[in-house]
Amino acid sequence: MKERRAVINPRSLPVLITLVLFLAMFGAGSIAFTGFFSLQNFLNLFIDNAYLLILAVGMTFVIISGGIDLSVGSMLALSTMVTSSLLEKSHLSPVFVIPIVLAMGMAMGLFMGYLIQAFNLPPFIITLAGLYLARGLCYVVSIDTIAITNEFWQKVAYYRLDLIGYNSLTPGALIAIALVLAGLYISRFTKFGRTVYAIGGNEQSALLMGLPVARTKISIYALNGFCSALAGIVFTFYTLSGYALNGKGMELDAIASVVIGGTLLTGGVGSILGTVVAVLVYGTIQVLIMFQGTLNSWWTRIVIGFLVFLFCFLQRLFESGENALVWKERSQDTRISSADV
Amino acid sequence: MLKALNRSKILWPLVALVILLLFNLFFTPNFFRIEIMEGHLFGNPIDILKNGAPIMLLAIGLTLVIATHGIDISVGSVVAISAGVVAMLIGGDLAGNPRFPIAFAMAVALLVCTAAGVWNGMLVSRIGMQPIVATLILFVAGRGIAMVTTNAMVIWLYAKPFAYLGQGYLIGLPFSIYIVAFLLLATFLATRKTALGMFIEAVGINPTATRFSGINSKNILLGVYAFSGFCAGVSGLIVCSTVMSADGNNAGNLFELDAILAVVLGGTSLNGGRFFLLGSMVGALIIQTLTTTIYAFNVPPEISQVVKALVVYGVSLLQSDRLQVAVAGVLGRREAAA
Repeated sequence: MKERRAVINPRSLPVLITLVLFLAMFGAGSIAFTGFFSLQNFLNLFIDNAYLLILAVGMTFVIISGGIDLSVGSMLALSTMVTSSLLEKSHLSPVFVIPIVLAMGMAMGLFMGYLIQAFNLPPFIITLAGLYLARGLCYVVSIDTIAITNEFWQKVAYYRLDLIGYNSLTPGALIAIALVLAGLYISRFTKFGRTVYAIGGNEQSALLMGLPVARTKISIYALNGFCSALAGIVFTFYTLSGYALNGKGMELDAIASVVIGGTLLTGGVGSILGTVVAVLVYGTIQVLIMFQGTLNSWWTRIVIGFLVFLFCFLQRLFESGENALVWKERSQDTRISSADV
Repeated sequence: MLKALNRSKILWPLVALVILLLFNLFFTPNFFRIEIMEGHLFGNPIDILKNGAPIMLLAIGLTLVIATHGIDISVGSVVAISAGVVAMLIGGDLAGNPRFPIAFAMAVALLVCTAAGVWNGMLVSRIGMQPIVATLILFVAGRGIAMVTTNAMVIWLYAKPFAYLGQGYLIGLPFSIYIVAFLLLATFLATRKTALGMFIEAVGINPTATRFSGINSKNILLGVYAFSGFCAGVSGLIVCSTVMSADGNNAGNLFELDAILAVVLGGTSLNGGRFFLLGSMVGALIIQTLTTTIYAFNVPPEISQVVKALVVYGVSLLQSDRLQVAVAGVLGRREAAA
């Protein structure tokens, strides 16, 4: 239909930019600071950001479908609270606790997804209410911090999987990596994954093509609820406690990662891989500021804000550039699909 | 009459507010008692107005933004910036001597916040970013900027005159209420007594068509975001003055969500095209009354969020077209059968 002059597929360009950014940052850190360049420091990015990675993968599906989920930060907190309360106050075995917490996350997501789909309500508002609901429920469980003394949990928290040399990974990082792989598979090779893209591209067309739009949309939010509950469990491996203020504002960290990873907030375009690289960029900024030592850690937020700006700006530039046609179609779709939002 | 009310969408929020107040009338002792102490009025209704002022101010700006089919999630962070800037300029001198004149500090803070709004407006109107993304940038960076401004410390203020803004009284009523009333009146006159309001709604319905009809829709967009930043600035000054401190981390935290909630509860659709300033005010009052009610029942205030969530679900369902059609269908069938 149209000639493609670009050598690189424009769809994968944002991911490449993010990757270059990551390599540049990691490279700059390696040159500037001794001890920065090591395999362990790279692995630490996964270890320290495992929960964000899990949240971001779930969020990628939601955003590709053209939706948004603001509840994930409080869902993470609720999941830490329920986990620690069930373990410490009800003395349930982890064998039951983990499935219960994951099922609770899915149920919350299912509930919100159902409201959004069945009553055609804006995801922004419904998940905003979900944010309040989950945060409030945290305080219903307990106002105070609950420390986890469960033996299994302690063991998992201190376990390290040794790799070659002196490098190691934590169970949290392993879970995150497993989820990323699952996410990649689902988004690329399953009917569900392709339907998600189709809905984000144009919900009306997806419907006319006979795709199961309603079922898929509800499932996306259920999947995201599952991810946020899982992220909560992984979070307790770090803190060994449940606290109602955990994950405050984390929903926007997750959304920012997804955007930096090249996923369009209007839906239809994006990839799990980009999100993963973006989370690594996020982690690298934090490590760089830590190594630098004198800068206030709040600079992380300013840099992240700037990166979000840069990426959105670049995306807009591409729209008016070579691939104007493709992108124009997209921005017109945007009008329609965001009118549904 | 009822039909007109229903069309203006203010009916349901008002009903919700009245139900909430009636509930308090019967179940909360002395809820409506207003006392006069030292020439000032005290009581729950006054507190609701006073504590609701920051959210009401944000809701005024957000109503116009949402009317253009936009959203501004950066207002909470801008509140923190406003508080941080004014606190830095007044300074934490224990004797209460401001570093710079208080009026100057306030003017600079408002200017900075308006500039933040202009930045949002430029991204949306000139670069063409989606509003939620454009304001996400300042949402993320803004709190960082506020923290860097105050060196990540909580600044306590001792300059007495500044306290008047959030704690002072004028003819028996808290001064902040007058600020809200003034800004609301000014906005109402500017949008409803001129064509500006219609232009804003037109941009919300179809920006391209609006441009073709000779209205500079880009500048309208720029204007509403700048105004939203300004409102957030005023709100930040009041927040800072009420507690006489600036905490970059907590000032204005989650305010954006409360303010958006107030606007939506007030009947302004997130799809833009129509707006109801008074409805937004009623929405903000509903939220504040809910909080006060929960305080009165000695429930931990944090749990109020659960109630807030349930209210949102309820109101959203009431506003859902699909539910209305379904209910109308059921009622219609019943009438036909009878």
